[in-house]
Amino acid sequence: MSLDPATVRRIARLARIGIDESDVPALQGELNGILGWVEQLNEVDVEGVTPMVGTGHAALRTRPDVVTDGNCRDAVLSNAPDAVGPFYTVPKVVE
Amino acid sequence: MSLTELTIADAASGLRARQFSAVELVRAHVDAIDALNPRLNAYITPTREAALKAAQQADEVLARGEARSLTGIPLGIKDLFCTNGVRTTAASNILRNFVPPYESTVTANLLRDGAVFVGKTNLDEFAMGSANITSAFGPVENPWKRNGDDAALVPGGSSGGSAAAVAAGLAMGATGTDTGGSIRQPAAYCGIVGLKPTYGRCSRFGTIAYASSLDQAGPMARSVRDCAIMLQSMAGFDERDSTSVNCDVPDYSAAIGRSLKGLKVGIPAEYRAEGLSAEIGAAWQQGIAWLKAAGCEIVDVSLPHTKYGLATYYIVAPAECSSNLARYDGLRFGERVPGDTLDAMYEATRRAGFGPEVRRRIMMGTYVLSAGYYDAYYLKAQKVRTLIRRDFTEAFQKVDVLLTPTAPTPAFVQGEQSDDPVQMYLNDIFTVPASMAGMPAMSVPVGLGATGLPLGLQLIGRPFDEETLLATGSALEQAAGFTHRPAIRAEAAK
Repeated sequence: MSLDPATVRRIARLARIGIDESDVPALQGELNGILGWVEQLNEVDVEGVTPMVGTGHAALRTRPDVVTDGNCRDAVLSNAPDAVGPFYTVPKVVE
Repeated sequence: MSLTELTIADAASGLRARQFSAVELVRAHVDAIDALNPRLNAYITPTREAALKAAQQADEVLARGEARSLTGIPLGIKDLFCTNGVRTTAASNILRNFVPPYESTVTANLLRDGAVFVGKTNLDEFAMGSANITSAFGPVENPWKRNGDDAALVPGGSSGGSAAAVAAGLAMGATGTDTGGSIRQPAAYCGIVGLKPTYGRCSRFGTIAYASSLDQAGPMARSVRDCAIMLQSMAGFDERDSTSVNCDVPDYSAAIGRSLKGLKVGIPAEYRAEGLSAEIGAAWQQGIAWLKAAGCEIVDVSLPHTKYGLATYYIVAPAECSSNLARYDGLRFGERVPGDTLDAMYEATRRAGFGPEVRRRIMMGTYVLSAGYYDAYYLKAQKVRTLIRRDFTEAFQKVDVLLTPTAPTPAFVQGEQSDDPVQMYLNDIFTVPASMAGMPAMSVPVGLGATGLPLGLQLIGRPFDEETLLATGSALEQAAGFTHRPAIRAEAAK
């Protein structure tokens, strides 16, 4: 499978990574290089094999549905690039 | 012996015997950082004043006879572990000014046991790299030199700053994280010991995530025993990590020097791979002979899916990375680049904040998870991952531990391999399979190659059997008598 320039632009858009038109050829070459290399997995017969989603050492646990954290608004906001009072700011998203 | 040449075990005894104070010990290390870090760039953020203050408190604890396992011991902390009130960057511009308001569990455990942090060590950006050349804070120089050649070598990656710091005497030990080899490969390149524990042994809480099903914290130090001491402190169950495993932490130091009589050591045929340098092949043979002499039984085994480990990794890890790094949106933390719309702001922020390798992996991951390609790439890779794990499970029915090389070559020159991403990925060919399977593994330095650079061998064990790694590793360490030190180090700089 080989990526065309339109697909490279679409991936960048999905990933919310800005790219310039001049970035496309290099990215296309690098991504195609990696994708061509991982094609080797096509040799492996995985018929009937269950996908591994974790290492299986731990079973998911349950815990009481109670609040264990909180009341730390200022700590949460302390790294905000821009905050007004107790709020994060965002660009205007409603016209 | 100089204070920057001691092992953690010896320094802990020396502190208790009042041969030197914690302030003297820590001062020797922070002075060494002042002297050598401008060249090696092993630390992104040295924390001299905080370390000296903590050392004073350690001396008070020692005076009261209340010392714990690491009281007064100067450690480096990979700049991927969140440290309360101390800048934590992940070597990325997007977190250049991030100051966590909380402490990771692993570093909290080390602090509980008295460790003194001398700084945050450099790494590949978000731990994505094998040569510590993707850091937004510049590359790390390996303190080792080829014979008669001053060319700057890479320390390996991603925990390259930790490895270089420990090798050069800028810390007695350091934390690392390992996703596909990021503890073991730099340990091998820098002639130190590095242990990646079983997935789930050390909590991931507060460690900046790269690929969550693979990331695991572990110790890096100049001896196997020092790794055991550090792991003892770092390991343990943590409710705040859903994949933390609730099983007892054994006495790791007790495994050091344990008899290996009758231990079955597997030699996987598939690790005699193309590209394995002759000197590392010879070191491997030597390691086999040493373990045989120690009473081990050597058994040939096969891990047939070894060759697919890397390709599987470069689907699974980018997929998880694209998801984990979605949080860097310029809103809640990190640097923001303004844009007219929300999407324009995201795109500008993430373009400016991430370096090329991180952007490439996010895009790879986005692609293999995207509609229409998920089954062909991601699901397929997860199935191959099952087969890789099955190889290990079957091998461990016949043997107790596996012995392999850690990396196909010794450290290489900065810039030598950086053009082709796939070529760079091949450095991790021997370390990735154990990561995919979640098995514990350790690299131990066993000798110097023809050009004077350290060579490492890797031991891979059963899940939660770090003790056998430590026992076997200490036998290799003893047989090898590896006492070589790098050209650039604190003691030599005096």
